[in-house]
Amino acid sequence: MIKRTDYLTRSYDKPDGHTLAAYERDLDGYQVARRVLTTMTREQVVDEAKKANLRGRGGAGFPMGVKWSFMPKTVGAKPHYLVINADEGEPGTHKDRTLMEQNPHACVEGCLIGCYGIGAHVAYIYVRDELHLSKARLEHAIAEARAKGYVGKTAFGKDYAVEVYVHSGAGAYICGEETSMLNSIEGRRGEPRMKPPFPANAGAFGCPTTVNNLETIAAVPTAFGMGCEAFSKLSALHAAGDGGVRLYGLNGHVKKPCVVELAVGPTLNELIFEVGGGVLGDRKVLCVIPGGSSTPILRPEETVSAIDPKSALHPWHGKSVFDVPLGVDTMRGVGTMLGTCCVTVIAEGTDPVACMHNLMQFYRHESCGQCTPCREGSAWLERLCEKLLSGKSSMEELDSLHDIANGIMGNTICAFGEGTAMPALAFVQKFRKDFEAYARGERAPGSATLTLEPWS
Amino acid sequence: MPFALSPERERKLTEILERYPTRMAATLPLLHLCQEQEGYVSDAIVDYVTKRLDLPEAHVKGVVTFYTLYNQHPVGKHQVWVCRTLPCALRGAGALLEHCEKRLGISCGSTTPDGKVTLRTAECLASCGTAPMMQVDREYHENLTPAKVDQILSRLVGS
Repeated sequence: MIKRTDYLTRSYDKPDGHTLAAYERDLDGYQVARRVLTTMTREQVVDEAKKANLRGRGGAGFPMGVKWSFMPKTVGAKPHYLVINADEGEPGTHKDRTLMEQNPHACVEGCLIGCYGIGAHVAYIYVRDELHLSKARLEHAIAEARAKGYVGKTAFGKDYAVEVYVHSGAGAYICGEETSMLNSIEGRRGEPRMKPPFPANAGAFGCPTTVNNLETIAAVPTAFGMGCEAFSKLSALHAAGDGGVRLYGLNGHVKKPCVVELAVGPTLNELIFEVGGGVLGDRKVLCVIPGGSSTPILRPEETVSAIDPKSALHPWHGKSVFDVPLGVDTMRGVGTMLGTCCVTVIAEGTDPVACMHNLMQFYRHESCGQCTPCREGSAWLERLCEKLLSGKSSMEELDSLHDIANGIMGNTICAFGEGTAMPALAFVQKFRKDFEAYARGERAPGSATLTLEPWS
Repeated sequence: MPFALSPERERKLTEILERYPTRMAATLPLLHLCQEQEGYVSDAIVDYVTKRLDLPEAHVKGVVTFYTLYNQHPVGKHQVWVCRTLPCALRGAGALLEHCEKRLGISCGSTTPDGKVTLRTAECLASCGTAPMMQVDREYHENLTPAKVDQILSRLVGS
């Protein structure tokens, strides 16, 4: 069921919505951080955070409170750091940018609570370089908060220093991977690190570090403001440990592309038709990418198979996957991922091989090149799509696509490899006929389309 | 000629160095400052950053070549990046790019002969809900139509 909320987005589309004056006036700005820092202990903060069932909004969906609890209980010789991932660049994802531009103070207030909860005194917000307005709004918000004494040596008059800095990327998708981001903050090439050690033990500058997505941290003041359990209960999936409200994005062939704030748990059908107004030209949905290009596509014809009454998905057994509430675990259950919760809608009439080709160009360009299977594999996948589309491929080559994709998965340092291989396999498996039509020479080269109508 | 930061950027660098526990961490921000001033990362800049932060030259060159937004060669006065990734492509990014190429009379990846505009594609710029879009210098232009693009480009060409 669609349940619209405006905890994070109340300031949106107001001319002064990004300022401290508006944040304090309309959203009780910084009152929550003040209460948390002046009346709660670090342990209480982490225990409370766990109750929010706030699953990481960056894509992996790890519970935020649990992540905070991995940090060393006492701060030793090495300082602790909070790193905020605002390197939004997953194709199809356009939500964090709206928060930075239109509600930057929620991000800063979240950093204050987050730093206190993990014992850190410094937060770095890593923003991709292209987002100049986002960076300017965050810098402005930090300066305003510093002038009021919320950020600085004695946050809210308490003997606890918190500094928040914006660190700009320089054009590399891979820096959204947390260990790559740490390298980038340290001034290195953004190549992912082996895990373990995990960032909570050895992160930025070799010190204990928590990396949270920007939307995750921006939701923290809301969660603590109403009580984390109450926040979790807003979600239709509260009982399944997937709580709160979050931003949903809609893009692609949908009538009304947008970013909206909803209680966790709408279905794809509700999002596309109730929020998005349906598909352009009232066409049928060919498939959707549920949460950024690394999440395998879903087709409306797919049904849930969960005959076991004990299965969490049993209530939807036999129904379309488009009628399952979008949640971290429900999407995993239907063979994809919730990812960033920004849905790309692809209408009937679009060529799925061309879609995959476009995405493989992306992955080839963005592979950091450190691991051979990913560096070479992403290029092979792209070339194969190109050959298929130009009528120069064969069935034998098409079959090799599976081997290439499977050769990447599990053989790389970071999850970029899976992020490339999983959507590739999904496209080929779910649109086998289209791929075969090219391989057999039944579809004319150069006929592939991505747009439904001429651009105007 | 050796490179030197302008006094204003020099002040900014002092601020930046205070944010991190190591000097190396200033590599990316300092390169941004230098490129802002010079337009691209020249050999003189690599040399300057190497000495200023006391780093091996290989480190600085490694960073410059890893990240796509450091220009390794001189570029035009204005930068146009057309987002080419799927969500934009579904809404006409292909035609948008062709339109830009035709209007500017250059192919993607090159600079107009008068040095005013460099045209390139970008990977997803987090503006999928307002596709198709392009970035011009520091600004995003969204929900683009041919008329809007013509307006933007003629302003750049006439600048």
